[in-house]
Amino acid sequence: MRAQRFSLLAIVGILLFLVGVAFVNSNSPGDFGITLLSGLFQGMLLFLVASGLSIVFGLMDVLNLAQGSYFMVGAYIAYDAQHPGGVIDLMGALPDPNVRFIAAVAIAVASGALLGYMLERGLLRPLYSRPIFQLVLTFGVSLIALEAVKFIWTTTPYSWTELFGVRETFFELFGQRFSTYRLFVVAIGGVLIVAIGVLLQRTRIGIIIRAGVEDREMVQALGINVRAVFTLVFTFGCAIAAFGGAIAAPFLGASTTLGSVFLLQAISVVVLGGMGSYAGTAVGSVLVGLSIAVAQDTAIGTSFAALPSITPMLLLVLVLLVRPSGLFGNTR
Amino acid sequence: MTTLLDVREIHTFIGQFHILEGVSVSVQTGGITVLLGRNGAGKTTTLRSIMGLLAPTRGSITFDGAPIHGKRPHAIAQMGIGYVPEHRAIFKGLSVRENLQLAERQRGDYARKSAFIFELFPDLARLIELPGGNLSGGQQQMLAVARALVPDNRLLLIDEPSEGLAPVIIEQLIAAIQRLSDQVSVLLVEQNFRVASKLAQRYVIIEEGHSPISGAMPDLMRDQALVQRYLGVA
Repeated sequence: MRAQRFSLLAIVGILLFLVGVAFVNSNSPGDFGITLLSGLFQGMLLFLVASGLSIVFGLMDVLNLAQGSYFMVGAYIAYDAQHPGGVIDLMGALPDPNVRFIAAVAIAVASGALLGYMLERGLLRPLYSRPIFQLVLTFGVSLIALEAVKFIWTTTPYSWTELFGVRETFFELFGQRFSTYRLFVVAIGGVLIVAIGVLLQRTRIGIIIRAGVEDREMVQALGINVRAVFTLVFTFGCAIAAFGGAIAAPFLGASTTLGSVFLLQAISVVVLGGMGSYAGTAVGSVLVGLSIAVAQDTAIGTSFAALPSITPMLLLVLVLLVRPSGLFGNTR
Repeated sequence: MTTLLDVREIHTFIGQFHILEGVSVSVQTGGITVLLGRNGAGKTTTLRSIMGLLAPTRGSITFDGAPIHGKRPHAIAQMGIGYVPEHRAIFKGLSVRENLQLAERQRGDYARKSAFIFELFPDLARLIELPGGNLSGGQQQMLAVARALVPDNRLLLIDEPSEGLAPVIIEQLIAAIQRLSDQVSVLLVEQNFRVASKLAQRYVIIEEGHSPISGAMPDLMRDQALVQRYLGVA
């Protein structure tokens, strides 16, 4: 109980601090709004990488260092499918850019799921009793994914040019133009946070996952095929990360640095929230996302350009100093 | 009476330690068989080997005539074996209801069995929405046994149910296990000789990784020398 109260206080404190800094830095309500929205946008994208990372770690004790690569691959595939030329050319088949975007996201998610399935079934499964090998394996897979992306799409970053529905519209608030697309991503992220939470709390597979995080052996002894659950969860985690990359691409484009940047930030989210805690991952994503946006805003016009990239780590160090198991972590 | 479970001359290693060096256990359909023996003799390892949680390197295990050694734990459980491990292994973050629902092997198992379960353990009905971690030791033990009763199991492996519990709770458990043994066969590990003698009809003694002697419980209780030799109690 005391630990929970402390976590709650810490979350509120960090939130107030970030919002306060954003407020002090802003010149107008519109400016303030932009910082908050871009923080939430970043937070939701982070959640899509971190949720898979966290659930897979909690259930399977596997830290999937290739999780960021699935995000990157998702971004490239969505970009490729949306734009003319490239590997997947949908221009002729789907001339409407909105429909094409939906198809592009679907292809990215399906590819993420397939690649995730292949990694778990083909490579990870023989290594469940060897944790260090798993780390090396997933790290190796992330390097292969990076080289494969460079081979197929070259190292030149792509920025999104094919506009569609929500991507090109804006709404106005406090005399400031906001991109509807950011709001769209934040809404999708919010819906997914709730949906996955309900899935974990209410469904049989959710109960199995929560039980498996506590005691895998007993779950097996009850007659549940834990390996099949591993495959399902791992595949799902990779698909979600690819989904994140796909919906991030219209804003962030596709580049080879996406994977490592998002992996690093997602790891700080998972550790900050508490390893294996779903609520911790959701809250951690928002906090880290906001901290990055606030730091970006603060760093403008100063010589401290590195501030946004070190802020998640600073936040992490600060929380871990007081609570080594993270905000929602079990002390085990 | 037919043989439900037949463990023949199994050898099991934990790491490099040769824990079971030829253990044989036979469980008949109906009633309770108890594994007796000193601490570290290999009783828990025997149960874990049957469940597939440890892999015997030699010997055979058949359940209802079908070989089960080498199968994975979930497949063994699905054949109709319920496991109530030492220290209960309740899921602390799951509610009592979720603990029970998790054990379903077919949709509706929990709904079908809940009346029988709550008749055996009335406390659980009252605690149904509480997290497993909030339960007392005795309540957790009852939940662990109840969980094994949710699916249609034909054999329960129950490891040290009385360990660390107050005498009054132990009496309740004895009554419950006696009642459920009308419906399902039980292979019990029990250090408490008094509890074992109340419950079991047959016994197998495990001694340093072997199973030197087995038989009918009343015969063992008459043979004080045997009890003294293998169990150190009289």
